[in-house]
Order: sequence, then structure tokens, then C-alpha cells
Amino acid sequence: MTAGSCAGSTNARCYDAGAVTPPGPDLLLSMYAGMFRVRAFEERARELFANGRIPGFLHTSVGQEAVAVGVAAALRPDDYVLSNHRGHGHLVAKGGSLRGLMAELYGKATGICHGKGGTMHIADASVGYLGANGVLAAGCVLAPGVGLSIRHRKSGQVVVTLFGDGAANRGPFHEGVNLAALWTLPVVFVCENNRWASTTAHADSTAGGAIAARAAGYGIPGESVDGNDVLAVHGAVSRAVARARAGSGPSLVEAHTIRWVGHFEGDPQAYRSKEEAAEGRRRDPIARLRALLDARGLLDAAGAERIRAGVAAEIDDAVAHAEASPLPDGAAALTDLFVHYPWTD
Amino acid sequence: MDFGEALGLALREEMRRDPRVFVIGEDIVLGVPFGVTKGLVDEFGPDRVLNAPISESAIVGSAMGAAMTGLVPVVDMHFADFVTCAMDEVVNQIAKSRYMFGGQIDCPLTLRMPYGIGKSAGGHHSNSVEAWFVNTPGLKICVPSTPADGRGLLKTAIRDPDPVLVFEHRGLYRVPGAVPGAETLVPLGSADVKRAGRDVTVIATARMVHESLEAARRLAEEGIEVEVVDPRSLVPLDRETLAASVRKTNRVVIAEEGPMRGSVGAWLAWVVMEDCFDDLDAPIGRVAAPDVPIPFSPPLEAFVMPNADTVVAAVRQALK
Repeated sequence: MTAGSCAGSTNARCYDAGAVTPPGPDLLLSMYAGMFRVRAFEERARELFANGRIPGFLHTSVGQEAVAVGVAAALRPDDYVLSNHRGHGHLVAKGGSLRGLMAELYGKATGICHGKGGTMHIADASVGYLGANGVLAAGCVLAPGVGLSIRHRKSGQVVVTLFGDGAANRGPFHEGVNLAALWTLPVVFVCENNRWASTTAHADSTAGGAIAARAAGYGIPGESVDGNDVLAVHGAVSRAVARARAGSGPSLVEAHTIRWVGHFEGDPQAYRSKEEAAEGRRRDPIARLRALLDARGLLDAAGAERIRAGVAAEIDDAVAHAEASPLPDGAAALTDLFVHYPWTD
Repeated sequence: MDFGEALGLALREEMRRDPRVFVIGEDIVLGVPFGVTKGLVDEFGPDRVLNAPISESAIVGSAMGAAMTGLVPVVDMHFADFVTCAMDEVVNQIAKSRYMFGGQIDCPLTLRMPYGIGKSAGGHHSNSVEAWFVNTPGLKICVPSTPADGRGLLKTAIRDPDPVLVFEHRGLYRVPGAVPGAETLVPLGSADVKRAGRDVTVIATARMVHESLEAARRLAEEGIEVEVVDPRSLVPLDRETLAASVRKTNRVVIAEEGPMRGSVGAWLAWVVMEDCFDDLDAPIGRVAAPDVPIPFSPPLEAFVMPNADTVVAAVRQALK
């Protein structure tokens, strides 16, 4: 399959469907547990933030779990992820340490970034998570370079960059997609369209409607999927990953999802109706997968309880670890800037 | 060998030494406009000499992505002025990533920054922007003034595990100078006394080193001995060599090409004051461009461009 044959299509069938195997029972269950883990982590983080345990400000992805988990399930452990300001779920789904992440949100010395990054600037190199980002679309221009490195090392990896619909209106989105397409790099661009660029509606900020359709301008496949359906996300991203790994270049996937909560914790959300969050709950990605698992007889009540209890224990452990960890010494602010400090001042 | 050829030699030597090193930028296959990268593609091929679209954000950002995952990029910024189109990548991403990630991910890349006033290039191709980056923690900064320093510092920058900006004054590219036959690295944080003198220290960078040496030659005819000290790297800064010179001469002029306000020279003046306050016999003098954009017409450009005359005047003032 060539890039040209899919150019600009928003039709999933333009991909080589044979490249992707539908998820088996183990993967379905693992995606269910994965979404449950992301939801539980985010809900606990919200509660801790409201109780003053977490400093700064916090963007959570409650309701958007199918994107994080659908993407991560399509990746190899050594594949790379570039994330954004709403990135906890992406890291949890990629297999990052809950202890390291929670302690980082607390600003503790045991945080994965020693408390220097915090919610919006976390990386976990051990799982290929090259950073959340406080600047929208920043990952769109880093990704082609990661792709260059992958190609140079002939490692067969891919890199996924996740960004929101608001970020798709920044220059780096266009520069990054153009460069990745021009050089046929193993990059997957995933737009998590949650309908809001901070407090501005998609329709009030974005010309042309569909972000996926922008792929046509760069001659790469663009696919629009229900981002609250983890199977749809997994399928589309798997096709894009297969294409990237085969050396056929980048793709753009737009996953339509719904943010249940505010742009940031404490956001009064005066800009949108309560009906939207209610719609999100009706289309709850976790409940939808649960219904499928029920229908296929893959998960009974006892099994679901085991997953719930297991995830709760993991998160309790992460919170206990964060609570018990020391805050960093103030003077640690002067470390980690450079590998080599050839001077003393 | 001229300055541009010396920089090209450094690139060639480092690309031969380390297969992870690649160069990326606009028009770099042909080496337009300054010729530094000309011919590299013949030896290293298009996979290591990446002729990029005019997408500064993607050029600098992708260099960072490559650096984070195992390559050693050298970006040709074309004109340093255009870094404004990649400021987020340089300032928010490259400078901060290692720090914000708690030291987990290194960013070993080099940005080559052709800069400076001259030849009526006008307001978008003439700026001296070093001060912006001196004011950005997380970047190392070199400002070579000679072919030997250019080659030695660029090689050091490429081998350094941290991000390094190398400011190459575009008025120096065709200036010749001796370059050691054997490979010679110039370490970061090592100033060089370009001319010894007892009466006044002139701390100068890049083209202003040459203008200051010319000023020193003229003043020597009157018996005034100027010492010209070139910091060579601004971050890290060799404060000891600067202070040693000031303790000898007790008078200082700081010469740069950037605008006067909020500049590198203003910061160096504070460094000198902190290290040598008791040694100073006169107020610290400064040579810099006036606080206007760089104009086009030759007499306007000449008016704002600091030169040997302005250095001579500042030295005389420091001796009053």
C-alpha cells in the first residue's frame, strides 16, 4: 500500500485491514483493566488535588481513557510516546510507574522527575514516554526527529504523538506532519478531539471541521474514529502503526471523545452545558467495553471485582508512597540542568 | 583556511568520527548562503545532510527528538534571526527537557547560529541574539572569533552531551587564520587573551575581537597597551581569565555588536564588578549597537555598527 492510495481518505478501509489482528480475550481484558486504571488514577488525583495534597494545577483525562489505552495497546513496549498537558492517562497506559507518577504530582523527591516536572512536564524514559508538554503541539515537531532516530538505528520502533483539537491549529502541527510525510517517517499523529480548546469550542476555533481531513493536504491517511470506543481507537492506531513500521510513513488519527471534567480542576465550565458531560457518561468507554466483555462471557462480576480491587490497591500504594516520600531539598533546584558542568558557579 | 572552511572542517571531522552526527537545515546541501556545509553531502549522503523545508519549528524540534533518542544533530539555523520561528523548541523544549525530566533524557545537539550586522542585510538578517539565550538557563553558548577557535569550539559543541549554541558571525566567514594541523579542541569555559597589554582590558566577542585588535594596534602607536580578552564561550564563562586581566589593567571596556540594553555586555559588566570591584580604577565602559533595529541603507548601517573607532573612543574614556 502506498501513501498515495490513501491520500486524504477518512475511510478506515483504505488501510490494509489484514495488517491488524482483532484483539483477543487477553488484550480485551487488559484494555479494560487499563482504562479502569487510568480512570481510577485520575479520579484519585482529582480528589487529592481538591484536598490540597497536589500543588499547581491539574488537567485530567476522565472520560478520555479509550484514547490513551487504545493507543498504548497498539504499541510495543519500546515504542515512543510524546504527550501533552493532559497526559497522565497516556503514561499510565504506557506502563509508567504509578508510584513515580503520583509522587511527581505531589512534588516529592521520589517523583520520577525529582519534583522538577510536575503534572505537565513528566517523562519516563524507561517506558519510552518522552514527555508530557505544557506547550500545545510541541510533540508534533519532536516526533519527526524521533522517527529519524528510529530509522537511523533500524530499530523498527514507531513514535506516537498525542495532541488535542486545539493544538491542531498551531504551526508545529502542520510543520511536523509535513516533515514526517515528506521524509516518510514512522510517526503516528493522534488528535484527541474532546471538542474544547481550553474553553473555546472546536467550531469556534477550527476551520474546515474534521482534523483528520487535514491529512489529505499532506498526502497521508487520515482516519476519524469514535474515541470513546477503545476497539475503534485500537484498530485505527494499529493500522497506522503497521503502516509506520512497514516504512510507509505517518498517519493521522482523530479520535472524537468527551472530557467529563473541566479543562483544569476547578474549572467552573460556564462555557458548556451539563448535558455534554452527561453525554460523555452515557458513552462511557469503560462501560462500553464492559458490556462487550459481558456479552462474550469474558468477564463476570467476580472478575470485574478482582480488577477493581487490584487497581485500587495499586493506586493506594502509589498514594501511600507519595505521602510517605520526602519533599526535595530546595537546593536540589540547582541540579539536573546539564550532564557536564565544566564550571563551578 | 578561513573561518567558514574551518567550521566545515569541524563538521566533516565530527561526522567521520561519529556516525550518529548529522546536519539538518535549509539549503545545506548547496551550503547557501555561507558555504559552511557545501560538499558534505558528497561524502556523507543525503541521510546525514538533511536539506529541510523552510520549517524552523520542525527543523529544531526534530533535531531535539533525534537527540533525545540517540542521534547527535547539528542544526544550521541559516540566519540566527530565524530562530524566532523556533523559540518554543529552543527555549521551552531543548533548554528545559533534561531539567524538567529530572535528568532522565539528555539532549546532545548543536545549533549553528549565523548572525551579525553587515552588507545591508537589513532588519531580519542582521541581529545579534545571543543575549536571549544567555538569559535562558539550560543552554551552553559559544561565540568563536577565529578559524581555530571556530573549529575547536564547534567540535567541542558537537561532542558535548548538552545543547550548545554556536554563534558564527557572518562577517567572519571569509576571514583567514591559522588552524592547527592536528585535531585541537577548544574547551567550553576557556577565555583566550588575544593580545596582551597593561593599560586597559577590552572584553570582546566575535567580530568585535577583530575590531578591538585593530583599535589596540592604533592605540599602541600612542603608547597605550590594550589587552584583548575573548571569552569564546559565554555559558560557561571563564570568569577567572577575565578577572585576572582586570586585576592587571584595572580598567575595562566590554565590546559587543548586539544592542546596548539588556545585553551580554551588561551582564559581563556585572560579572566584572562582582569579581573585581576593588580593582577598578574607572567605570566600566561599553561598546554596543544603539537600541534600534539594524537598518538597511549603508550609511545607516555603518552608523549603528560598532567598530575599531568606537572601541578606541571607549578605551580613551576608560583612561580618563
